[in-house]
Amino acid sequence: AASCRSRSEAKSGRTDLIFLIRFRHCCLLRNQRCVVAYLYDRLLRIRALRWEYGSVLPSAIHFHMSAEEVEWFNRYKKSLATYMRSVGGEEGLDLTQDIKPPKSLYIEVRCLKDYGEFEIDDGTTVLLKKNSQHFLPRWKCEQLIRQGVLEHVLS
Amino acid sequence: SFLQGSKLEIPLWLAKGLHDSKRRIISMELPKIYREAWRTVFSADANVVDLHKMGPYYYSFGSQLLNFENPENPEIAQTILQTFISRFRRIMDSSQNAYNEDTSALVARLDELERALFRAGQKGLNDFQCWEKGQASQITASSLVQNYGKRKFTDMDG
Repeated sequence: AASCRSRSEAKSGRTDLIFLIRFRHCCLLRNQRCVVAYLYDRLLRIRALRWEYGSVLPSAIHFHMSAEEVEWFNRYKKSLATYMRSVGGEEGLDLTQDIKPPKSLYIEVRCLKDYGEFEIDDGTTVLLKKNSQHFLPRWKCEQLIRQGVLEHVLS
Repeated sequence: SFLQGSKLEIPLWLAKGLHDSKRRIISMELPKIYREAWRTVFSADANVVDLHKMGPYYYSFGSQLLNFENPENPEIAQTILQTFISRFRRIMDSSQNAYNEDTSALVARLDELERALFRAGQKGLNDFQCWEKGQASQITASSLVQNYGKRKFTDMDG
């Protein structure tokens, strides 16, 4: 009888242990999953920045990125640049341009903040002062519009 | 430590992790909205149910519940599916017809899956209207920049 009792005690002790181990393991996996989901979401936003904003990140955002994220961004940039060079013949193809279908070579833009001097292809410069409006080549303005410096004005 | 037979409320992820059909560590009691009484309500008219109040993750949570051995699983699965089918048409129609108006009344009683579908429909509608107005070619500022512009950050040069 004594040996029976101690055996069932040992068995129930083991069941308790299994429960606790499982419980703790669940919690660890859960925490890991939450952290990974958070980090992955950040990575997706960082990737989107390359397409929506450009290859140089604003300092405010850069400040809040971890070293690993900065490294990832740089490697992604490089990977994208290599790919873009490999398509579209001799000069490559800038896929980050003309994301919206272009309707004309030149567009009307309004300056949202003081930017300073801006050089256009034929050597002339334009002074981008807040609220000034200009008629400029689309490909030169695209990045500044995306960065919030200029505003694309539709006629 | 937990006494055998004690009853408590735990999150789904924990229940799934502890669940083991061989060892029977825990058994699960169905939330009332998936039980027979409510299932009858759903089959009568699924459109009148406030799934946001009842859920708000009625579909995904219900699907997860099917992981636990429960003799009612086939009926639960059937009810969830039929509920979605009967409500979907109305959601799709209203998302395609509500343009530039306050949609809070339309989405108030939808669960999160249905709200995501509604938003997808709205986005399609808005994109089409934008295209019709000739705005599809307008270059816009990055949404990420617009958000950062509004908030204050300690400036860090270099």
